[in-house]
Amino acid sequence: MRRTVFPHKLLPWLLLAPQLAITLIFFYWPAAQAFRQSMLREDAFGLKTTFVGLANFRKVLSDPNYLNSMRVTVVFSVLVAFFAMAIALFLAVQAEKIVRGKGFYRTLMIWPYAVAPAIAGMLWLFMFNPSFGTLAWPLRQLGISWNPLLDSTQAMGLVVAAATWKQISYNFLFFVAGLQAIPRSLLEAAAIDGASRRHTFWTITFPLLAPTSFFLLVVNTVYALFDTFGIIHAVTGGGPGKATETLVYKVYNDGFVNLIMGDSAAQSVILMIIVIALTAFQFRFIERRVHYG
Amino acid sequence: MRKNLFWLAGMMALPVAAEAKTEISWWHAMTGANAEVVTKIANDFNASQSDYELKPVFKGTYPETLNAGIAAFRAGQAPDIIQVFDVGTGVMMGAQGAIKPVAEVLKEGGYEFDKSQYLPGIVGYYSTPEGDMLSFPYNSSSPILYYNKDIFQKAGLDPETPPKTWAEVWAAARKIKESGAATCGYTSTWLTWIHTENFAAWNNVSWATNENGLAGTPELKIDGPLFVKHFQELADLAKEGVFVYGGRTSEAKQNFTSGECGILTESSGGLGDIVKSGMNYGIGQLPYDETAEGAPQNTTPGGASLWVMGGKSDETYKGVAAFFNYLSQTEVQQFLHEQSGYLPVTMAAYEATKGSDFYQQNPGRETPIQQMMGKAPTENSKGVRAPNLPQLRDIQNEEYEKMLAGQQDAATALKNAVERGNAAIKEAVGG
Repeated sequence: MRRTVFPHKLLPWLLLAPQLAITLIFFYWPAAQAFRQSMLREDAFGLKTTFVGLANFRKVLSDPNYLNSMRVTVVFSVLVAFFAMAIALFLAVQAEKIVRGKGFYRTLMIWPYAVAPAIAGMLWLFMFNPSFGTLAWPLRQLGISWNPLLDSTQAMGLVVAAATWKQISYNFLFFVAGLQAIPRSLLEAAAIDGASRRHTFWTITFPLLAPTSFFLLVVNTVYALFDTFGIIHAVTGGGPGKATETLVYKVYNDGFVNLIMGDSAAQSVILMIIVIALTAFQFRFIERRVHYG
Repeated sequence: MRKNLFWLAGMMALPVAAEAKTEISWWHAMTGANAEVVTKIANDFNASQSDYELKPVFKGTYPETLNAGIAAFRAGQAPDIIQVFDVGTGVMMGAQGAIKPVAEVLKEGGYEFDKSQYLPGIVGYYSTPEGDMLSFPYNSSSPILYYNKDIFQKAGLDPETPPKTWAEVWAAARKIKESGAATCGYTSTWLTWIHTENFAAWNNVSWATNENGLAGTPELKIDGPLFVKHFQELADLAKEGVFVYGGRTSEAKQNFTSGECGILTESSGGLGDIVKSGMNYGIGQLPYDETAEGAPQNTTPGGASLWVMGGKSDETYKGVAAFFNYLSQTEVQQFLHEQSGYLPVTMAAYEATKGSDFYQQNPGRETPIQQMMGKAPTENSKGVRAPNLPQLRDIQNEEYEKMLAGQQDAATALKNAVERGNAAIKEAVGG
């Protein structure tokens, strides 16, 4: 393959400039600020600043509340990623079977994706708030003592459900596309050989969906880690106790509510490292090992 | 045609007139009816003189407004006046150099600042231990008791007599639940502000050392026997389903306005929503513990005050002083009090409202003032202050939630809140 070579030295830089500028301003600059802040101990107004080196990191990592929020984040992310993908895959497979009104069904499935996280949170809150929720009352009638304001398991269930519901559409789209990319001939051959539907799914469809699934796994994990802030903020505010305080929520709470800038910055640096690791992991290993049909 | 020409001439003259005026920015967090009050006050002030132009800007919730102010200060773009809620007071006081004390602004602006004209309970809270007023109290409120008269009637309780003590509240709440008049007897907003900070002041017990933090770094004392007793009773009621927890801030108001709960303790500033719901409500004093010596003492103010940011021009400060002077006028304060349910800041405005038939027309509206003014404050009841009060409240809320969920008893919850809180204070002071 021949490489395209620009005759000018300047032109490629010029063409890249907008993208570079955006990356510099919206990623490198704030990231550098976070690094700087994470080494400082400062009052909210920035009047007194002391350099403390890695003390903020030591403090954060030895804080039992931080470890708790790490545990919460793992539980939350695993549940959200699993349910969002499993349900989306199920729905995508069902959508494939429909003969009439496929487009209509798919459009309906995609709608929740257009809902902003905070709004999604409010919707679920209106349905499940123990005092005014429309669905809380029937739950109580069924003899379930529904109170996510105090019951940590129920609170976690509620935010997981809201976050999952919002992400299903996105996953659904990718799975539908993935399913369409599977060669018909393979499925027909299986049918001729007398394989059951379930058998065909697990031995042909599912493995061939691997690239889509792995891509979605990374996207969903990152979604659960970062984009669910609005939902948690609207539904539980991190409570009861600290039962739904994820890492991102704690960064916000420590920095913008409790005004402990150093701790908050150190936590965001740790989060940045986690994301870089996740992305590197995806590109290094998963991209290589996944079989692309 | 001639009319148009006049119009044109007017338009051309306008920028010249505006240029001569000094602009004063005011960031605030008021919504709904209270935001209309802000706009009206600003417009009236602008119309009352021609040197300054006051521009109110809505900046979101209380914490959002405070954060916006802090971020703006760090970027060198701070507003002239910023409204900061009660819990942010400690943060602002710690920021010497970022703010300019209101007493100073008024003096330099040529106004005499006479402390005796202001309600002592409110002004004391926003002053240094030496008595210099740091911020201008704009909207102050106090927790009171609301009850649903229809539910009281149904439960066989006297709808004209609100319960006075906590023991009476518990009894009435149990009766409401048992009689089936409502599914929940009692609920409360703000367990931290009402059941901890004001509970301490109202029953004259210590919230923390050093005059609750007003005279120095506080060490929490909310694990005292009266607190333990009170919270254990609350936890027991929660277990019976008589007390229903609504959330950390003012969410529980909905449990009351929806008719789910018969009794509510809430800020006097929450009156607007309760009136709007159209329910048949009654107002009573905040309940006290009859076993506490000297109770009821006095309640402490919540709400927000106006802070003046540092590093502005003399002309700006003159304008701010003129505005605060305007805001202190009796008619303005009376308007603020009667419109919003917040307390008047000056004695004259209180007397003027008393002189009119407003309190006869609106029974219960005087209750929060009487609570605050009833007795001269002790070292337990001047208010509470900590460099990190928002964080302390967070910690308390977490422990209370675990307690109400039945995971720990009141003694453990309060002991944890004290230990974690004191560690956080130490950290905040040391850093």
